[in-house]
Amino acid sequence: MKAYNIHITGVGGQGIGLLSQALLRGIDHAGINAIAVDTHGLAQRGGVVVSRIRCGEQIHSPLIMKKAADLVLGMEVHEALRGLDIALKKGGTLVYMDVSWQPLPVRLGVNHEVTAKDIRIACETSSATAIKVDTQIVEDSRMQNMALLGTVARHRLIPGVSKKNYDAALGDLLAGEMLRKNRAIFDEYASKRIG
Amino acid sequence: MKKLGDILIGENSFEEILMGNEAVVRAMIETQTKVVTSYPGSPTPEIATAIQSIPKDKRPFYFEFSVNEKVATEVAFGAALNKNLSCAFFKSVGLNVALDSFVQLGLMNIIGGMVVVIGDDPGANSSQNEQDNRNVYKMSRVTVFEPASPKEAYEYYKHAAALAVKEQTVVVLRLTTHVCHARQKILFDKYKNTTSYRTKFNPENGPYIALTTMALDMKRKAIKKFNRSIQYIKDAGLNKELNSENNQGKGIITSGLTCLSLLDVLETARYKPDVLKLGVINPLEKDGILSFLKAHDEVLVLEELDDILEIQIKAMAYDKGLATRLIGKTEDEDYVGEYTPDKVKDKLATVWPDMPGGEPEAFVSPLEVPARPAQMCPGCGHRSAFFAIKKVLEKEDITVADIGCHTLGYMPPYNVGEILMCMGASSGIASGLSLFNDKKRVVAFLGDSTFFHAGLPGLINAIFNNHNITLIIMENGTTAMTGHQDHAGNKVPIENILKGLGIESILSCDTYSQAKLTDLVKSSIQIKGISVVIARHPCMLKFTRLQRKKSGYVQKHITINQETCNKTHDCVESFGCPTFIRNPDESVDINLDLCIGDGSCRPSCPEQAIGFDKGVK
Repeated sequence: MKAYNIHITGVGGQGIGLLSQALLRGIDHAGINAIAVDTHGLAQRGGVVVSRIRCGEQIHSPLIMKKAADLVLGMEVHEALRGLDIALKKGGTLVYMDVSWQPLPVRLGVNHEVTAKDIRIACETSSATAIKVDTQIVEDSRMQNMALLGTVARHRLIPGVSKKNYDAALGDLLAGEMLRKNRAIFDEYASKRIG
Repeated sequence: MKKLGDILIGENSFEEILMGNEAVVRAMIETQTKVVTSYPGSPTPEIATAIQSIPKDKRPFYFEFSVNEKVATEVAFGAALNKNLSCAFFKSVGLNVALDSFVQLGLMNIIGGMVVVIGDDPGANSSQNEQDNRNVYKMSRVTVFEPASPKEAYEYYKHAAALAVKEQTVVVLRLTTHVCHARQKILFDKYKNTTSYRTKFNPENGPYIALTTMALDMKRKAIKKFNRSIQYIKDAGLNKELNSENNQGKGIITSGLTCLSLLDVLETARYKPDVLKLGVINPLEKDGILSFLKAHDEVLVLEELDDILEIQIKAMAYDKGLATRLIGKTEDEDYVGEYTPDKVKDKLATVWPDMPGGEPEAFVSPLEVPARPAQMCPGCGHRSAFFAIKKVLEKEDITVADIGCHTLGYMPPYNVGEILMCMGASSGIASGLSLFNDKKRVVAFLGDSTFFHAGLPGLINAIFNNHNITLIIMENGTTAMTGHQDHAGNKVPIENILKGLGIESILSCDTYSQAKLTDLVKSSIQIKGISVVIARHPCMLKFTRLQRKKSGYVQKHITINQETCNKTHDCVESFGCPTFIRNPDESVDINLDLCIGDGSCRPSCPEQAIGFDKGVK
């Protein structure tokens, strides 16, 4: 399999760490070589969080060159647009949640809030496929990451990785009630019942 | 579910996906490292998280957070003099704090062996600079291993430990941010705990006193020891040549993650230079480097940050009179930032324009996306403090920040904290600013973990020299910014220390009592000489996480009464909690995903339009 690059982005506190680990382990369960890297650092909620995964053959650094991601996953609209701008290659796929956590300049009235429409236009310009994930049925926002993971599984966006691989990954990462709740949301979105 | 703590202490060989920082902990365990110390700092704090994932009674070594990196180094050194293999780990700038002790280590006969793991931060992702600590290693004569990946971080720690034990010395494992935080599958060896804690200090193993002429003899021995590590590098095959069939007489010498950036760029290159990847960057193994130079017409030394390898390699080539054309850094920008694949590609295009391949990039004008600076969390006590304190500061007053979450007060809407240098520097800087300065009042800020780390000398100096400053201690009960590590203040109350120092004006209150805090600061800054205000509130990120784990927890939120709300925007613009949403019609809403229902925002509303909901279980 040739190199496949995934750029995952959102805001601190949205559960990007778990999403990224579930994807990485899912890819590994499918028997595909992979390497990932997270941005850590400040523990604050509210900063930009980026995680990158590279899989396939002939991959070395976990960092992705600009405009070289096959897939961008955005958990928040501003970060989805930023991720598309920085990382998504022409003709790539953007999966994003229509969730807004307003950044400071928007709250101060300096900048306009990014909307799903801005993203749609940007995707058209760069010939990218946009998949919007409706998360309104996810009661606990900390499990919205499972809606994204389910959507990736349903569209089989990562070549060679199937739903059962992500399922196994969730089993590695969670237990008990947490696993049950997260898996329920994942299943919902991975099946065709939603969206 | 796979539990990290169980994985790390498994006795059989296994394959697992781990982060670089976590893989280092497995290496500590396999090498029978017995004493580990640290002061938290990014990019290395997950080493501590991984250690603490192992229950204390199952942990095969002693671990402590020391009050700062210097003490961590000293504790690890002392333990190694008892013949325990020890390790201290910390972040890049932590070495500045540890330096006085660190530079001595090479002179000492460390009978247990000692590894210092230091996380440099090229790109200054979470540090006040991107200093290249390789500058220090040369001065200190320590052998330095530089892994490029989590797998190598694991392997190189084991090499570092083996060499440290063999030569009874200190060895450095140099990590960088994206090696610490990368994840990959690694095959780990089996392990059995075969060593117990030792107490075998004997002064005859020394000398351990480096004074006057003894220091010179110790230096002579240290040089010999250091040079012997070259044989280890050769035997272990740590410098690797990656040869290409179509090199066109060109070669590249590199190390660490920069090498992986290079290999990515070479995947699409029109021809591929040979690569010499150095696993050990201090000392340099001359024979291998010289034979690589001789085998090529042109060699690029590709290194992140400073020109440490370049200068040494050029000197080697000069001594041997080699005709190889050596290329290194040429532009100021070559010294700046992380050597990502993009940066390496640009560099190669400058050196050998015909080499990098790939499609030429069409210029696309960037989209306008509002910036998202890091900020204080919802409910953060620092926000209440800044909101309250700002009310008594005049525009010309000077505010000095320190390292920690409260540094973020410099941003709008607070703009408090106009100078920042490094850990514990605020009192000293403020003291200097206060000299001959009768008109402007100088207020310094200091976090509680930082108070113990490096804050005390500046404060005592202010007392000793009678400086005219107000120090505001932002006490949140934890080392919050790096992920809530414990600190000494939970055993040694700061207020007791301040009283013991004889400070006459010590005022304190919870920062949620905003009006009271405003009054305390108002009276404190009138005082001539040193005055201290303790602005106290627990870290709400930590507090809320703990509360959520309790059964019957009710998540409350604030509400905005849209009828009484007058759209003055004090809540969203002046108090500035990220919970507030500014709607296109200028009304204000609440982001229920962010709001923790603390209500610290309520005093900010002149119309008292902020209330509470009933909460959700």
